[in-house]
Amino acid sequence: MIPFQYVRALKQRSAIDAVLKDKSAQFIAGGTNLVDLMKRGVTAPQKVVDITNLPLKEVVLKNNKLLIGALALNADVAEHPFVVKHFPLLSLALQAGASAQLRNMATTGGNMLQRTRCPYFYDTVLPCNKRNPGSGCGALEGYNRMHAIFGASDKCIAVHPSDMAIALAALDAVVLVSGAKGDRRIPFTDFHRLPGDRPEIDNNLVRGDLVVGVELSQNAFSKHAHYLKIRDRASYAFALVSVAAALDINGNTINNARLAMGGVAHKPWRLFTAEKFLAGKPATEENFKAAAALEMQTAKAYEHNKFKLTLAPNTVVEALKIAAKV
Amino acid sequence: MGKEYLFIDEKEGLDRVDGKMKVTGKAKYAAEHHPAGLVYAILVNSAATKGRIKSIDTKKAERAAGVIKVITHANAPKVPGYENAPRTGGNPEKGPTLGQPLRIFHDDTIYFNNQPIAMVIADTLERAMHAATLVKAEFDTETFSTNLAANAAKGVPPSNAGRALYKRGDADAYKNAEVQVEQNYVLAREVHNPMELHSLVAIWDGDDKVKVYEKTQGVKSSQRAIMDAFKLPEANVQVIAEYVGGGFGAALRTWPHTIAAVLGAKAVKRPVKLMLTREQMFTLVGYRPMTVQKIGLGATKDGKLTGITHEAVAETSMYEEFTEGTVNMSKFLYECPNVNTVYKILPLDISTPTWMRGPGEATGAWALESAMDEMAYALNMDPIEFRLKNYAERDPERNLPFSSKFLKECYQKGAEQIGWFKRNRQPRSMQEDGWLVGYGMSTGTFGAGRGRASVRGTLSADGTMTIQSAVSDSGPGTATAMTEIAANRMGLPPQKIIFELGDSSMPPGPTQGGSTTTSTLGSAVVDVSEAIKKKMFELVAKEGRGFASAKYEDLSFSRGEISQANGRGAKIAYTELLRKNNLPSIEITLNSQGGNERDRYSMYSFSVHFVIVRVHPTTGVVRVHRAVGVSDAGKIVSRKTAESQAIGGVVGGIGMALMEDAVIDHRFGRYVNSNLADYHVPVHADVPKIEALFIDKPDPHTNPMGSKGLGEIALIGFAAAVANAVYHATGKRIRELPITPDKLTG
Ligand SMILES: Cc1cc2nc3c(=O)[nH]c(=O)nc-3n(C[C@H](O)[C@H](O)[C@H](O)COP(=O)(O)OP(=O)(O)OC[C@H]3O[C@@H](n4cnc5c(N)ncnc54)[C@H](O)[C@@H]3O)c2cc1C
Repeated sequence: MIPFQYVRALKQRSAIDAVLKDKSAQFIAGGTNLVDLMKRGVTAPQKVVDITNLPLKEVVLKNNKLLIGALALNADVAEHPFVVKHFPLLSLALQAGASAQLRNMATTGGNMLQRTRCPYFYDTVLPCNKRNPGSGCGALEGYNRMHAIFGASDKCIAVHPSDMAIALAALDAVVLVSGAKGDRRIPFTDFHRLPGDRPEIDNNLVRGDLVVGVELSQNAFSKHAHYLKIRDRASYAFALVSVAAALDINGNTINNARLAMGGVAHKPWRLFTAEKFLAGKPATEENFKAAAALEMQTAKAYEHNKFKLTLAPNTVVEALKIAAKV
Repeated sequence: MGKEYLFIDEKEGLDRVDGKMKVTGKAKYAAEHHPAGLVYAILVNSAATKGRIKSIDTKKAERAAGVIKVITHANAPKVPGYENAPRTGGNPEKGPTLGQPLRIFHDDTIYFNNQPIAMVIADTLERAMHAATLVKAEFDTETFSTNLAANAAKGVPPSNAGRALYKRGDADAYKNAEVQVEQNYVLAREVHNPMELHSLVAIWDGDDKVKVYEKTQGVKSSQRAIMDAFKLPEANVQVIAEYVGGGFGAALRTWPHTIAAVLGAKAVKRPVKLMLTREQMFTLVGYRPMTVQKIGLGATKDGKLTGITHEAVAETSMYEEFTEGTVNMSKFLYECPNVNTVYKILPLDISTPTWMRGPGEATGAWALESAMDEMAYALNMDPIEFRLKNYAERDPERNLPFSSKFLKECYQKGAEQIGWFKRNRQPRSMQEDGWLVGYGMSTGTFGAGRGRASVRGTLSADGTMTIQSAVSDSGPGTATAMTEIAANRMGLPPQKIIFELGDSSMPPGPTQGGSTTTSTLGSAVVDVSEAIKKKMFELVAKEGRGFASAKYEDLSFSRGEISQANGRGAKIAYTELLRKNNLPSIEITLNSQGGNERDRYSMYSFSVHFVIVRVHPTTGVVRVHRAVGVSDAGKIVSRKTAESQAIGGVVGGIGMALMEDAVIDHRFGRYVNSNLADYHVPVHADVPKIEALFIDKPDPHTNPMGSKGLGEIALIGFAAAVANAVYHATGKRIRELPITPDKLTG
């Protein structure tokens, strides 16, 4: 850990300015990810700008839209009555993440911006293009059991670790951002990016951008939603594969499906093909299997994560079965 | 102890005497000592795996704020004991390793990745941490190997073969049997990961006297190691470990970081605190070595074993030979005319492994008890029936009677409890809520040892009895068990017993390992209690007053009073007796150890583990749904701590079976999951209700209490029970731990 300066912002504008002014400044919210990375020497901001005093903690339902402040705690969002009632998928995904203690510290903004847990990213002795562009990808031919099967590049095969983000991607959330040039709205599925040649860039924010909140539109998915996370122990472990499944079902017919996977890509992986396939079809195991299989055509595995080629579609089917209650 | 006890209900046992201290944070662990002038040390680790330190630049670190000193091999003060150090780690003339414990900062050789190459001492922890990142080293690297699995065939005999190479009857007799099983079983490397990180605070008084607060499972052995390293007399080294936050074997020996901190404190002439990081816990304090095993079993069609072959290859470091009794239980657990075992090691460019709970046997039982299950299925026999058919009534290895063996009773009791015989034995035949259900069982055993211990017992005129011994309690509740033994023997309520431990200046107690503390120390507590009672008897006999003609055997010592056992006649309180004799206290120090009973009997504890698992058919998730353990650990002397041991063993077993795996990237020789987010141990949600049952019958020969060890057998065999249950649930046999979802999907 290197010595750094700590400032506490009381206004949104001054927080943004502080980071714009100083190239090595970073926001800090719950600190549950940033401080770990600082201790490990993965990142070394000379200034951290504490944003937890900004008035961005609220969760409100307005005009059929749910607005979650960037500083709303993971625990509070997960248990919020609006969320539990109208967006159970999000509540389940949050509860599947980390531990109770961490969820009490972690914020909505910080959660979507947490960085990959790839061991090569975390260890400054080992090569990693994300941490140290040009040094090589340690995972490509290394211990890649936790790594991507979709959308990876030979520069980086890391996955995004957030559970919350998988549900938000499935629910077509919108990220509300405030930055140097004013306010922006970024659809959640466009918020994170694939590694390509620039794996050091996780998402489409630019310097000074502050996430102020997330917006969710009311939908017809609340009755048939499930977040299924497969991991190496029953709780407090990152996903091998996770699936956010939400169905709008009429009788036995699927009007609309929303599906996203975690633990498989550099960003929350929406299963658009499978969704399209399921729309208008009966909610049966055969259809779920066919939908999952379609999606797997673009999958590519590495030495230690071949099991995901089976586990991923199986988990999609299980999640859909539980969501559809079939 | 929160409760006031008049006496201890045997079925209920005593509450932990230190429980309140621990849960309220009042218990002080090694790193919580803050003597005046304390400074902080941080170890800097090697990024190279093998070779030499070409250069090490400490200038920036030395100039950083608050830094007092940076120690490296280039400037480290000499550790006198490092010259001509005893070769405790094997015999290099006969074996493949250097046979030399790592001498920290001694020279420029790198034996393993993350080996300490420097130590920064600064006035605050943060400044030390920062300065540590400023130390830059360059290495002349050499090619290395850290991969046991790929090189197991290159295993070699250890210099000290001990009981490893063994033959009874014909070797490989299984190959001629009617029914044969031959399989390999792989155990992943496990790291102890106790909650408390290894730490110490070293305080020198002048140049030749040092006091050390340390996390250790043996204050005396730690004291000895520091005496040897710094050539100091016993009186000048004091090691204190009043509370220890878990050990599991990782704190059984004194590791190089201890010497580093003591050395550092001497160099800066101030007290130094050193606490390892979690990452350093993976390389600096041992681990359970990865082991590849082959089991060959042969049997007649009706289930009589005709041959057992057990071969094991385990990893060790290049500089030290570590061996354990991996193949031992195959020699005596079952009646079989032909048994042969081979144990080999493979030195690699890694740090030295060490004993971890159920050392050796836990590794061996995983293989043997998996193979026994495979054979039972091959014979179409119930796994319990098969084991009973080959039950050893005498120890077939030593051809001696067992001092006691209630293993049959364990099988029976556990089977009843879990409903073993009601299951459908067919693999993949049982389901519940969409999950496959499987039943599995296995056997565990471990030697029931007893060592030597000294204790000092002091019965005071105020009615309290203080007992002291230089033993440390790494978590099992030693003080509680000893209090219970003393209270019962002395006829005093437990709150009148004060058991003090964790200080090397007390009478020498044993190192806490191998499930021997209760047996060893408990015997000494019994002996000192009896000696004090005899002393009181002498006093009452002198006293007269209706005791004049009494014989010792006729007296009862109960509720703090001496009376005639028949309830008639005189009575006198201990307190009154001492006061009358003008004695502030009766103090007796004695040494206790067994006789030659170990030459006449084979002494082992036994356990049987039963589990029900649920396996998800498409995602491969395994949950231990129920666990029933039955232990033959002789007489249970402390019910609560015994149950805690049994429960803790199962929790550790769930970790071993389902998740623990310390992974090295062999291209770099470096761990890639050396933290508790990525190296998984069970969380609450992984642990079902654990039913810990005991046979609770005294062993007539082990020690005066009739107890046998429990800590190890609580774990030994458990992983095989889970693998066997997974087979029963799915029809799929997993022979490589841990059983993670990837191994069951696809
Ligand atoms: C042991 C462990 C296990 C975990 N397990 C899981 C798990 O299973 N699933 C899971 O999803 N997560 C898991 N987590 C991660 C956890 O969810 C994240 O650490 C947490 O959500 C981050 O939130 P925070 O508020 O603490 O972020 P911080 O650490 O404060 O910040 C993270 C990053 O976001 C930036 N940032 C924060 N807020 C804003 C904002 N409003 N605008 C712009 N930038 C911002 C910071 O600059 C920083 O770069 C685990 C973490 C740990 C330590």
